[in-house]
Amino acid sequence: MSSGRTEPVAPGARGSRASRYGLRSVALVYLALILVLPVGMVFFRTFENGLQPVLQALSDPETLHALYLTVLIAAIAVPLNTVFGVFCALLMVRRTFPGKAFLSGLIDVPFAVSPVVVGLSLILVYGRTGWLGGWLAENGIRVIFALPSMVLATIFVSLPFVVREVVPVLQEIGVEQDQAAHTLGATPWQTFWRITLPAIRGGVTYGVILTTARALGEFGAVSIVSGKIAGQTSTLTVHVEERFQQFDLVGAYTSSLVLAVIALVIVLAMTVLKPKEAGS
Amino acid sequence: MTISAIGITKRFGEFVALDDVTLEVAGGELTALLGPSGSGKSTLLRVIAGLEHADAGEVIISGEDATGRPARDRGVGFVFQHYAAFKHLTVRDNVAFGLSIRHRPKAEIARRVDELLHLVQLGGLAERYPSQLSGGQRQRMALARALAVEPKVLLLDEPFGALDARVRKELRGWLRRLHEEMHVTTVFVTHDQEEAMEVADRIVIMNEGRIEQIGPPRELYETPGNEFVMSFLGPVNKLGDVLVRPHDVELLLEPNGVSTEALIDRITYLGFEVRVELELPNGRKLWAQTTRESAAPLEPGRTVHVRPRATRTFDGDGAETRPAGDSPWWDRRVTMEVHHS
Repeated sequence: MSSGRTEPVAPGARGSRASRYGLRSVALVYLALILVLPVGMVFFRTFENGLQPVLQALSDPETLHALYLTVLIAAIAVPLNTVFGVFCALLMVRRTFPGKAFLSGLIDVPFAVSPVVVGLSLILVYGRTGWLGGWLAENGIRVIFALPSMVLATIFVSLPFVVREVVPVLQEIGVEQDQAAHTLGATPWQTFWRITLPAIRGGVTYGVILTTARALGEFGAVSIVSGKIAGQTSTLTVHVEERFQQFDLVGAYTSSLVLAVIALVIVLAMTVLKPKEAGS
Repeated sequence: MTISAIGITKRFGEFVALDDVTLEVAGGELTALLGPSGSGKSTLLRVIAGLEHADAGEVIISGEDATGRPARDRGVGFVFQHYAAFKHLTVRDNVAFGLSIRHRPKAEIARRVDELLHLVQLGGLAERYPSQLSGGQRQRMALARALAVEPKVLLLDEPFGALDARVRKELRGWLRRLHEEMHVTTVFVTHDQEEAMEVADRIVIMNEGRIEQIGPPRELYETPGNEFVMSFLGPVNKLGDVLVRPHDVELLLEPNGVSTEALIDRITYLGFEVRVELELPNGRKLWAQTTRESAAPLEPGRTVHVRPRATRTFDGDGAETRPAGDSPWWDRRVTMEVHHS
């Protein structure tokens, strides 16, 4: 039956309903397979034999030390990268200087270089035979196979996040608010704390979340420079690998779960602490 | 509270934004910097504020040399075209900003902010955020914020440029009244000649990094110093080197001896004003601005008789000349060709 008139059909209405559900299921199945299922399995396996083994694994001194070390490294690396990242973003957005494009490229190097390479390059510089290592050893400073190199490796791999999150926000807000603050009598320092920082807070927050997640989860570079000395230079990720290779699956799963919970808590805390921005 | 900008030159790369500009603003005056975009008017204002540093020249604000001083020590209030509202602060905290960084007592700040919010008619909106205000309200907030620190001079950079026509008109009148109440020396930048004429005591006309002419609105309109000033302050018909304002083109139904025949091409009604587009016997086009009553008997295709009430001619240097010789006013092609060769 064909009537002479054509009915206007809104895009995405009746005709495409099937394809809409199709697209949704593809996205959901994809996420389920690569994200939800594996993480869910870790959770399930951890508690497979009840709470007792988990508590036992948690109270293991090596696990606790690994947890302490992971948090300590993140607590050093994240603030340093945050300060550096905000400073660098301000420099790149608001100043013109020769070599700016080079600096911008340099900041992305940690994204491009494999963490394993980062670890090896740190050993080349700070290791016993490295070109700074000899001098450091003579002066009794231990970098490789100790906390300093692990912090350095973590800083290296989590360097770009704050810069890359803050740069677009700075570009968007422009300089007029800062200039207005200047004409109202604010010093550059006052302007930064009272105007610029609150304006870029969203970008900084997100950058800090990503930096923290990266710092907590770092494995490749840290595992190379740490020497994996259990109870001394073993972080949670290194600890997970070690337990897994020793067939202590509950220990491995428990530590994994601890990592996941810390990450979750940070994300939640940031969301809660994020200031309410009225109307926007 | 005077402003002197002496011999200001500012380049952006190859582009010369200001070319040895000197401007004196008397205390308590409301001055407009008027010019097309790229004429250097905003740059001059920003140099006075200290937001831009001149390559050469001095800025003196109420007798003190401010040339080397940062913006925060110049005692200027600055209002930006796009408000530059502090988005994360309430209206109250925006206005209080200048006082709060000076660590004034809380009670004093609160009193002063209330006063100012009342002055700019935002009393009820103190706890709102800028994003909850309209453009006009944001700009009034920005003005209150600038006034809070009691600036020696108030500088406004296209303050109404981002607002719609109705709000713009309203704020103009409002700025004028505010100035009459407070008498703070004010300079504002605009590219809108009507805005400059309506608000300012004195207009500075700028073009290509230089000042073309300075004077009260009426003086500039009636005795423009050159062709640029005349054509920037209002519409003109250019016939050869003769300039005539459309409202000075008189339309007669009968010839009167000195008039010229013209054919009506088109008539446009704009309420009270009516535009009549005409063609002269030599093919030149011009238009006349007239009233609804005078235009009533006119229609396209009809021949009328045209006579200018006033014309102006300027020589190549921009100086005014009186037409000589006995060629009719509208047909000085020969002279024009000489000028343009």
